[in-house]
Amino acid sequence: MFKKIRRIIFFIPFLTFLFIALFFWHGLSLNPQLLPSPFINKPAPNFYLSSLSQPQEKFTNKIFLGHVTLLNVFATWCESCAEEHPFLVDLANQKIRIIGLDYKDQRAAALAYLAKYGNPYQLVLFDSTGNAAINWGVYGTPETFVIDAKGIVRYKQIGAIDEISWQQNILPIIKKYHA
Amino acid sequence: MRNYLILFLLLFATISFATNSLAIYPFSSPQQQQRFQQLTYQLRCLVCQNQNLAESDASLAADLRTQIAEKIRAGASDQEIIQYLVARYGDFVLYQPPVMQSTYLLWFGPFVLLLIGLAILMLRIRYLNKKSNSMNLTIEKEQHLERLLRNE
Repeated sequence: MFKKIRRIIFFIPFLTFLFIALFFWHGLSLNPQLLPSPFINKPAPNFYLSSLSQPQEKFTNKIFLGHVTLLNVFATWCESCAEEHPFLVDLANQKIRIIGLDYKDQRAAALAYLAKYGNPYQLVLFDSTGNAAINWGVYGTPETFVIDAKGIVRYKQIGAIDEISWQQNILPIIKKYHA
Repeated sequence: MRNYLILFLLLFATISFATNSLAIYPFSSPQQQQRFQQLTYQLRCLVCQNQNLAESDASLAADLRTQIAEKIRAGASDQEIIQYLVARYGDFVLYQPPVMQSTYLLWFGPFVLLLIGLAILMLRIRYLNKKSNSMNLTIEKEQHLERLLRNE
């Protein structure tokens, strides 16, 4: 009886090591830069922003009602945004509704950028102070939110969208909420 | 010796530089200033995640510092300000994670491990006591041993 217990006790350090090693191994596979958004499955935060092209026109979160929309936070000074841009133009050509949120930018620079590289956005909201983006919990451009036709945030992509993240993460969400 | 003294004094130069950067956010009272300092030290910068909001140079950290300063001036409580940031960025902004279901292991795991260790220790001690008890000699055997030792 005691011999049996002794044999088990001998294995305890090994089992403890194994448990801790597996725990840390799992931790290594997590990317600490990808933070879950607290807005998932919650109504889109409100804002009161002018459009990039028409400063006198103001918009609120009502613009999301009626369509599944991508809200893409970008800036002309952001390199990964420029990398992502052609992919967004492709998506717009496939009739995906994309609204831009131009983050801490110059109006003239942003207009020139869209004229040069193409404009995939149905509307670009101009957030020169970055305060609207803070209300959306944005911490690094580019970020893209998927918002359903009822104005509920369903997904957040951190970093540039590419073919893989589009096919695996974003497209299934759009299909799911497409009325 | 003099070189060491200069090096020692230089340490203070960096400290005073660090506190100087707080002068960008003026407050009407020293209490407000202190609350601002405490809050920005206990909140994490989302961009450079190993830095707090007070120390980070990221532009987002500067924007959040400005917002926190504005909220303190407007009379918001510390709890309200923390809530404001958690609502936007999640619990990750807090260096001290809240006690909730997903953090039970984090908070209570060490104590569970300690209890397991104590339990093993107790069992072990009890087992060894029993073993040494069973090795105690009976009175007759002890007398026999004594006789042997005296060479009788």
